[in-house]
Amino acid sequence: MKVHEYQAKSLLARYGVAVPRGEVTDSPAEARGIAHRLGGRCVVKAQIHAGGRGKGGGVKLAKDPEEAYSLAKAILGMTLVTPQTGPAGRVVRKVLIEEALDIDRELYLGITLDRGRGLPAMMVSRFGGMEIEEVAARDPKSIVREVLDPGLGMFPFQARKLAFALGLAGEPFKSGVGFMQSLFRAYVETDASLAEINPLLVTKQGDVLALDAKMNFDDNALFRHADIKEMRDLAEEDPLEVEASKFGLNYIKLDGNVGCMVNGAGLAMATMDLVKLAGGEPANFLDVGGGATEEQVKNAFRIILSDKNVKTILINIFGGIMRCDIIARGVVAAVQEMGLATAVVVRLEGTNVELGKTILRESNLKITPADGLADAARKAVEATR
Amino acid sequence: MSIWVGKETRLLVQGLTGREGTFHALASREYGTRVVAGVTPGKGGTSHEGIPVFNTVAEAVAATGANASMIFVPPPFAADAIVEAADSRVAVIACITEGVPTNDMIRVKAYLAEVNAAGETVRLIGPNCPGIITPGECKIGIMPGRIHSPGSIGVISRSGTLTYEAVDQLTRLGLGQSTVIGIGGDPVNGTSFIDCLRAFRDDPGTEAVVLIGEIGGMAEEEAACYVAGNFKKPVVSFIAGQTAPPGRRMGHAGAIIAGGRGTAADKIKALEAAGIAVVRSPADIGMKMKEVLGRN
Repeated sequence: MKVHEYQAKSLLARYGVAVPRGEVTDSPAEARGIAHRLGGRCVVKAQIHAGGRGKGGGVKLAKDPEEAYSLAKAILGMTLVTPQTGPAGRVVRKVLIEEALDIDRELYLGITLDRGRGLPAMMVSRFGGMEIEEVAARDPKSIVREVLDPGLGMFPFQARKLAFALGLAGEPFKSGVGFMQSLFRAYVETDASLAEINPLLVTKQGDVLALDAKMNFDDNALFRHADIKEMRDLAEEDPLEVEASKFGLNYIKLDGNVGCMVNGAGLAMATMDLVKLAGGEPANFLDVGGGATEEQVKNAFRIILSDKNVKTILINIFGGIMRCDIIARGVVAAVQEMGLATAVVVRLEGTNVELGKTILRESNLKITPADGLADAARKAVEATR
Repeated sequence: MSIWVGKETRLLVQGLTGREGTFHALASREYGTRVVAGVTPGKGGTSHEGIPVFNTVAEAVAATGANASMIFVPPPFAADAIVEAADSRVAVIACITEGVPTNDMIRVKAYLAEVNAAGETVRLIGPNCPGIITPGECKIGIMPGRIHSPGSIGVISRSGTLTYEAVDQLTRLGLGQSTVIGIGGDPVNGTSFIDCLRAFRDDPGTEAVVLIGEIGGMAEEEAACYVAGNFKKPVVSFIAGQTAPPGRRMGHAGAIIAGGRGTAADKIKALEAAGIAVVRSPADIGMKMKEVLGRN
């Protein structure tokens, strides 16, 4: 799960991670008041779940509360397009008003899982403000990593190693070491999957703060973080994906026109690949799961059809636990209820396959049966032409 | 021949009395697996579907000699269940549960490393996996038993249904399987591709291996590296997610292209460089294996 910058910073502050003073608002008048409290000069930052906000014009410096008001007014409600939002952009609903700081250096600090080691790793680089992938491509040696053990915590020597690598000295060195240890504690205790501080700021006064903060959380651990779960912003997610998640369906919208309904994540990905190999483009990833009910199948069908690009639906089921007759009944019920403007190609295999095929045949609906994976993909793609 | 599980396996089921646990324990028993015990705290001393139930794994192991466990407890309690089984030195622990927090798995792995410090005694398979099956001998997990047939092809996979797909193709072509292992779709898991490859290398009953990977992480690249240096038996591979968009989690917690890493293209390249036959279509896995073995 993703959260906004202001939410990440409020969480980090609880763990003693230094962040600039600031407040979030959805009203320009309030922005003026916040700017006033911050001493006038401030930064107005659009809050959306995507990076590159500055490049898109979503981060502006205000010299006084009046300018904060007019900037907030301009940014709130705007559709912000950044390299990460795609061409459609995102509507800005909240702005974060923060104190303006005197920048000495901008660094990079991030924590994420090192999957090879099965442990989190902290990464630092002297090149703050740039995407870490870009730094990795250009100057991989400039990135210094330290693998950490959540059970043991981050030892001071590990933080010192990274602080030295960043060229910190004096007061900023001491603050930097504390910052890293606090950030790691926050990462572990919130069950984060990513904590990225980019840039990590060293001010002319020698303070070390998180100028930006991005945090993602392990969806599987949200059951023990009610406070973080509440931070979910549905407005930032695709409405169809939100709808699907209500029914326990794993749906991801894509750009093609062959709608896919599959059981199992691996087979669902493989089905997308098959569509592509057959010369088509998948409209979505959809895993109905191992124990889907007739109702879930119906909902899956409805969600796939809500995407107006969809010209064909390809249903690919290998029933291990999943019974083919349940899928067939769900499909028939969905088609009868919603009518059918699109072609439906069905490939069923596994438990109760004959019964499933009989149900489809006897429904007298225009459903194209397929034999095997390749045949199903070919027929589905042909039907879009 | 086979690896890790077979006729000698005595299975206990953690979470036996739940709906899923009961359903799959019975399916495993019907397949021929010796299901000797169930563990549900608070229900010790009772019997469920003819299977004795114990309060703790330690009691179950002491009373029945169980040497494998199948875990169906809900995600918040799965790590505890794994560690409890490992604490009793249950040799093979298959955790079917999907949705175990990553931090829990990190703690579990630290514990397993301690248990196995003086040599391997406990192996965790999964979590978030279909389990492990040695066709004709022992089924531990949720895979449909009937599509399997005994033989000499080892199968390793991060996916569930996609594995069934591959096994089904192999069986239809007359290529039976030695052991089929679903290692699971999570970013931190108990058994890696390399662990399986190493065991298949040493198993005289396995003549070739199917390796099914997917986007995310570097496990396939690491497997490729291992195969290039240490593995002489033929390997056929398929990587799911060639069309997956970056930055999106494709169902499995571990199936995500992050920061440009973990793409299918990179994995295919690494596997092919190691001499592995990688098919682009999942429909071709069985035929490719037949071809590689020269049985056309």
